[in-house]
Amino acid sequence: MTIVGPILSRLFKAAITLLAIAILNFFLVHAAPGDPATVLAGEAGAADEQMIADLKARFGLDQPFHVQLARYVGNIVTLDLGYSFRQGQPVLDLILDRLPATLILTLTAFWISLIAGVALGVAASARVGKFTDTLITSVALLFYATPLYWAALMAVLVFSVQLGWLPGFGYETVGSGFSGLARAWDILKHLILPALTLGLFFMAVYMRMTRASMLEVAQQDFVKTARAKGLAPAVIRRRHILRNALLPVVTLAGLQAGQLVGGAVLTETVFAWPGIGRLMFESLAARDYNTILGVFLVSAAMVIVFNILTDIVYRLIDPRIGHRA
Amino acid sequence: MTLWKRFLSNRGALIGLAILIAVIAVALLAPVMFPRGPWAMVQRPFLVPFTNEDLPLGTDTLGRDVLAGLVYGARVSLLVGLVSTVMALLIGVPLGALAGFYGKWVDEGAMRFTEFFQTIPNFALAIVLVAILEPTLTSITIAIAIVSWPPVARLVRAEVMSVTKREYVDAARLAGLSNMHILVRQVLPNTVSPIIVMASLMVATAILLESSLSFLGLGDPNIMSWGFQIGAARTVIRSAWWLSFFPGVAIVLTVLALNLIGEGLNDALNPHLARKGRS
Repeated sequence: MTIVGPILSRLFKAAITLLAIAILNFFLVHAAPGDPATVLAGEAGAADEQMIADLKARFGLDQPFHVQLARYVGNIVTLDLGYSFRQGQPVLDLILDRLPATLILTLTAFWISLIAGVALGVAASARVGKFTDTLITSVALLFYATPLYWAALMAVLVFSVQLGWLPGFGYETVGSGFSGLARAWDILKHLILPALTLGLFFMAVYMRMTRASMLEVAQQDFVKTARAKGLAPAVIRRRHILRNALLPVVTLAGLQAGQLVGGAVLTETVFAWPGIGRLMFESLAARDYNTILGVFLVSAAMVIVFNILTDIVYRLIDPRIGHRA
Repeated sequence: MTLWKRFLSNRGALIGLAILIAVIAVALLAPVMFPRGPWAMVQRPFLVPFTNEDLPLGTDTLGRDVLAGLVYGARVSLLVGLVSTVMALLIGVPLGALAGFYGKWVDEGAMRFTEFFQTIPNFALAIVLVAILEPTLTSITIAIAIVSWPPVARLVRAEVMSVTKREYVDAARLAGLSNMHILVRQVLPNTVSPIIVMASLMVATAILLESSLSFLGLGDPNIMSWGFQIGAARTVIRSAWWLSFFPGVAIVLTVLALNLIGEGLNDALNPHLARKGRS
């Protein structure tokens, strides 16, 4: 039906974007100080000439520039993201190993921030100018200014070190031997602090957006009609205003998902969460460029997939979009 | 002067302005207040705050004065925030202006390019750029500018498109003025106020980005910054809370101040919008 065409074109665009990122990666490797061969091998400054020559032959760096580019992009298209010499594993394996943890973290943070943000935005808009509104808006402003990683550290300090309520480290209790439900509960407890602190900033963003959007829709004529009909304010808010006000928020949420993946690098670093963000942090210290670029490509791919999913949901919710296209 | 009055009648904006002026003053006076610089070891390591009069915020893992680090860190934050925002404007404004003014394939091309940069996860790209170009103040500033310009381009494009439709632009065309003249002298000056608002918010975001990069160890190794202080104290959070607490407060206050100023400017420049949003 109408949904297939637009999604095919989105997929086509997504492929072009990923290709462009692959090309960007290639140029970045060549922009790095030092020989690209040593950069790729993560051996900058520590290799003798014979070794560099070997590496060059190995990566095809003795070939003309355009051949190198085609080869690099060709590798990525066939899902060969290179080899991490530091970790002694193909980059793709490293990433696939860590991807589930990041997906759990970012998706949880996304839903928490969206639901809490929309709820707070609705609450603030219902009491515009009153104390509740001022309170919620001020708290959102504060979260908006708080660095993700600092919020995470402070949460560890308060809820883990001082109060001892929640674990502040890792994905599950090491050596606990939990299985089944007990293990899920254990992971959930480890998930709460990282997901909350990662979602905090985005909650503030969605709250402000929802509030503004609610106030704008409330000015429209159909709301006046509903009021004139004598409907209860709560019903108007829920059935008439909220439904229309949510659309721009969902659009924004889809776009913001990319920032969530970037923010995961910081959260995962603080909480030693074994996802691709933590992998990126570890690779930074080890100057493992192959892995850094691989994580970069995969996180961009995650964002694109997420945007396409949002698009599909959007088309299903709001049939007007299909007609306009 | 009504603009200035409107801005000053906004309590949040006033608080923001006061904080920002204080941060700027501290940054400028850093060498006077702490002539030894932020790296000097002044006492035993892990000195608890509020126990020594000369070192009110205590010392870090290597016995360096935390307060001196904070004061010098303000310089880096403000400098990187400001310069990277100016650079982002220098990329975004011309691109958006050309796209909005000429339309057609220019617009199509410029917007595809902008969309590409908006799809890439912002912070991940900044990390990759700084990691590969080696962390220096210059590479950090450039990386932040590269990830911050797309919203500017979109905003300027939309503004230019709407201004170009006005009658006085038609009049300028009839008067035989060149396209360049119309764009630079007639259209762009009328898009300045939303750009100013966005720029003030961008400085805030840039400060957050810089501190996040430094936190990950991607700061300039020769320069003390707030993010570096927190990053270095990350592993000792259980025993020395103050090492990460105070720099974080400094970041929150500075970013909050800039956001308040941005909102105040927005309300002052668009009084009609502001009233509608509040009522």
